[in-house]
Amino acid sequence: MAETHRPPEQFTLRLRRYDPESGEAPYWDEHLIELEPHRSVLEGILQAKAKFDGSIGIRCSCRAAICGSCGVRINGEPGLACHTHLDHAKASAKDGVIEVEPMGNMPVIKDMIVDMDAVHWKKVQRVTPWLLNDGPQPEREHLVPRESMVDVTQAMACIQCGACVSDCLAMEVDPGFIGPAALAKAYRFVGDPRDEQQHERLIDLSEDPLGIYDCTHCFKCVEACPKDVNPMGQIMRLRRIAGADQHINDQNNGHRHEETVTTLIKDYGLLHEAEMIPRSYGGNSWFGKFHPAAGKELLSSLPVAVRAVMKRKMSLKIAIFGHKIPKQDLEAVKKIYAKVEGKPERYELNLYVSGEDEPVPVGVGAASTEGTETESMDGSAA
Amino acid sequence: MPSHDVLIIGAGLAGQRAALAAAQAGASVGIVSKVHPVRSHSVAAAGGINAAINVADDWRSHAYDTVKGSDFLGDQDAIEVMCSEAPKEVMHLEHIGVTFHRNDSGELDLRAFGGASMKRTAYVADITGQAILHVLYEQLMKHHEQVDRFEEWFVTSLLQDDHGRCCGVVARDVRSGRMETLRAKNVILACGGAGQVYSPTTNALIVTGDGIAQAYRVGAPLMDMEMVQYHPTTLVENGLLITEGARGEGAVLLNSEGERFMEKYAPNKMELASRDVVSRAEQTEILEGRGVGASKDGIYLDITKVPRKRTLEALREIVNIGKDFAGVDITREPIMIRPGQHYIMGGVKTDVNGATSIEGLYAAGEVACVSVHGGNRLGANSLLDTLIFGRRAGEHAAARAASMAMPEAGEAKLREDEAMIAEILARSRDGRRVSEIKQELGETMNQYVAVYRDEEGLAKAHETVKRLQSEAESAYVDDHGTVFNQDVLGAIELGYMLDCAEATVVAAIERKESRGAQFRTDFPERNDEEWLKHIDITASGDGVGGGGVGGPQISYSPVTITQWQPEERKY
Repeated sequence: MAETHRPPEQFTLRLRRYDPESGEAPYWDEHLIELEPHRSVLEGILQAKAKFDGSIGIRCSCRAAICGSCGVRINGEPGLACHTHLDHAKASAKDGVIEVEPMGNMPVIKDMIVDMDAVHWKKVQRVTPWLLNDGPQPEREHLVPRESMVDVTQAMACIQCGACVSDCLAMEVDPGFIGPAALAKAYRFVGDPRDEQQHERLIDLSEDPLGIYDCTHCFKCVEACPKDVNPMGQIMRLRRIAGADQHINDQNNGHRHEETVTTLIKDYGLLHEAEMIPRSYGGNSWFGKFHPAAGKELLSSLPVAVRAVMKRKMSLKIAIFGHKIPKQDLEAVKKIYAKVEGKPERYELNLYVSGEDEPVPVGVGAASTEGTETESMDGSAA
Repeated sequence: MPSHDVLIIGAGLAGQRAALAAAQAGASVGIVSKVHPVRSHSVAAAGGINAAINVADDWRSHAYDTVKGSDFLGDQDAIEVMCSEAPKEVMHLEHIGVTFHRNDSGELDLRAFGGASMKRTAYVADITGQAILHVLYEQLMKHHEQVDRFEEWFVTSLLQDDHGRCCGVVARDVRSGRMETLRAKNVILACGGAGQVYSPTTNALIVTGDGIAQAYRVGAPLMDMEMVQYHPTTLVENGLLITEGARGEGAVLLNSEGERFMEKYAPNKMELASRDVVSRAEQTEILEGRGVGASKDGIYLDITKVPRKRTLEALREIVNIGKDFAGVDITREPIMIRPGQHYIMGGVKTDVNGATSIEGLYAAGEVACVSVHGGNRLGANSLLDTLIFGRRAGEHAAARAASMAMPEAGEAKLREDEAMIAEILARSRDGRRVSEIKQELGETMNQYVAVYRDEEGLAKAHETVKRLQSEAESAYVDDHGTVFNQDVLGAIELGYMLDCAEATVVAAIERKESRGAQFRTDFPERNDEEWLKHIDITASGDGVGGGGVGGPQISYSPVTITQWQPEERKY
């Protein structure tokens, strides 16, 4: 049943302030507010703004996690201020004080307002963010499979809030990376059967050194996204379609590298680091080692290998023969592969495609949703 | 000075559609929005868009449902335009990329919606507005060479030349605080409704009646302002919207006795009667003591009747809203809702091309009143309204621009508005805070100008609004900077809201009958003989009242009836 009415409590907000006109450095500003604990951090900030200081700067509009305006960092984690309960925020605060700062990876304009045009929207522009379908249009609608439109709804559900961009680790190291939000947007077209240039889009995003293979799988964007868009998942889907389905072997060797990781684990149960580069060039072929580019890269990565051996991260034995795991474990790994690869169709994680409508046992809460969904997760992700 | 053939204020669905249509027609286009376009409140439209696209459907059936929904106050010529052009518009949206959900044959799937005689609502899960808005913005990015975007620019005034023609706007670049005159042959207002006049409301914080007040201040009449829609399913917790799509998918309403009470009020359509009918039914149940919750001021919406898989696929957003904002898993248990302010049927009076009575000034979407919604809007007709009349206004304005020279726009108004902002910044802290006045306004309107109204309450509301108008003149702000000074913009918005509130209250007092969203307990019957007409509100120009333009003057205009004579309304 609905949450029973809870009395208001006091919360302290510590807001990161920055006034570009003052010439002063950013500073922290504390306000004591009073609200029911399940009210949002945004409502707390709006109360501070209404009662104490109207100059607090934060973009906000819908209050319902739909418009994407109020992306911030709360206690260091990116999210929407309207989508975070005060009591939850307090529980995750290090000293009981809720800290709100502007998002990362984007320049700050004032207080909690960042310049999204300079980063986020520029990257969205990069992926040709409109349907490419210039041929004659049908009289009525395009006829497309029912599932295809449900499928792209997860990418369409992105509200462009920038929370994923804020904490993308790859972008932090390499600001040129197209990044999670824009690549999720790209999937929205690649997954849309009406788009006529999916192959060209995939070549473009694979060949760009700052494209789909620049993602480092850190899961930060998945955690940050308030709408369960799963940006990293969308990037992985782009990779699977580009590499496995359309056999695009990019110049960055991203696809082959990914395949190598998959096949090495299938063969050895663990990564075999020394085989990595040869296979990345020659596939599973033994001759791969003799690929000229492989030799060059092997040579260039020798210092890394030597350092790894010196620091005992790697032994010569493992470098040559690879890791060994118990036979029954290896068999278990192979069974997983057989199960996943034996499926007639690839299953993709998608919250809108939620599996069967099985009866739910009495007393089971919302958490069981996750179970149904993860079951359909695609195991072929590298 | 930037100059455009067509300058559009507001970048929600109506504004973006107008921009694309005008650009398509060859006009030079500018689009101004006080927020980034994808933050516009159209993003919150959940359930879908109506169009008679099923081969077994007929646009006349859609039109009749709309006329009946409007309680016969809608103008039937305009409704015919909207409904007959709807299928083509929805197909156009599909062609440019909207990801409408499909049926098993791959055609657009259609869901049931309130007041409709058959399933005719196309949808994208329950993020239809967001999906369409984002796709239109994709098109704006695609056509960036034809459409100049002024994102995060706030309009302070409409400009008129010596002949009274609208010739541009004065606007402030929110990021830099710089004021500029944007000159144009035509201006299209597309900046939404005025939901923030109420508290609580489902509407976003940005929905402050800017365009309505700006047009009113230059002498354009407002129409149907008394018609304020209360949506039947808003969260008791905080007023957020639960889409009508939930009831369209099969959810039911229950009172404290577990009774499906809509049987009493609308035995045929039940939960899918028109919104005014369902909201009144809920309010009656609550007033008669059959509400649920600790304060007995709620109603249960039971979505567990809908198969869970279907809910997760087609109503995912409200699953999230239930979980995040009310702590309820709607797939397992009912959620507490009640009627809440959602939409204003009234707005700037326009013809079917979006033209207002001021030459060169157009309006489209919630800011406008064509009137296609009359006394009550049907669910999923608002997206349609924005797109059809946005496009028509864009095309019409582009055609007008082709046959005229760029008008002169002086700098006088710019100086005036700069002085107006300087005056706000210079106010001493003797007055009230802007936020206090806004809160009192919202609570007053929600108390007296709500589902049920009477003379006494409306008079109190009127008195309060007039007092708040004078208090607003000395309301102070804390922020004295130029970069992103949201505080000073809030003070200007407060003035806009008070203009809208005044027009609404005055019209509600004037209409001495019950029709659509206006239910007067002191005049509980519909009275076609005396009140089958629109109430128009015009600023008198006597210098007394909101915005310094004078108090509201009342006049009437006839309702256009083409083929459907008024009849008793039953669901």
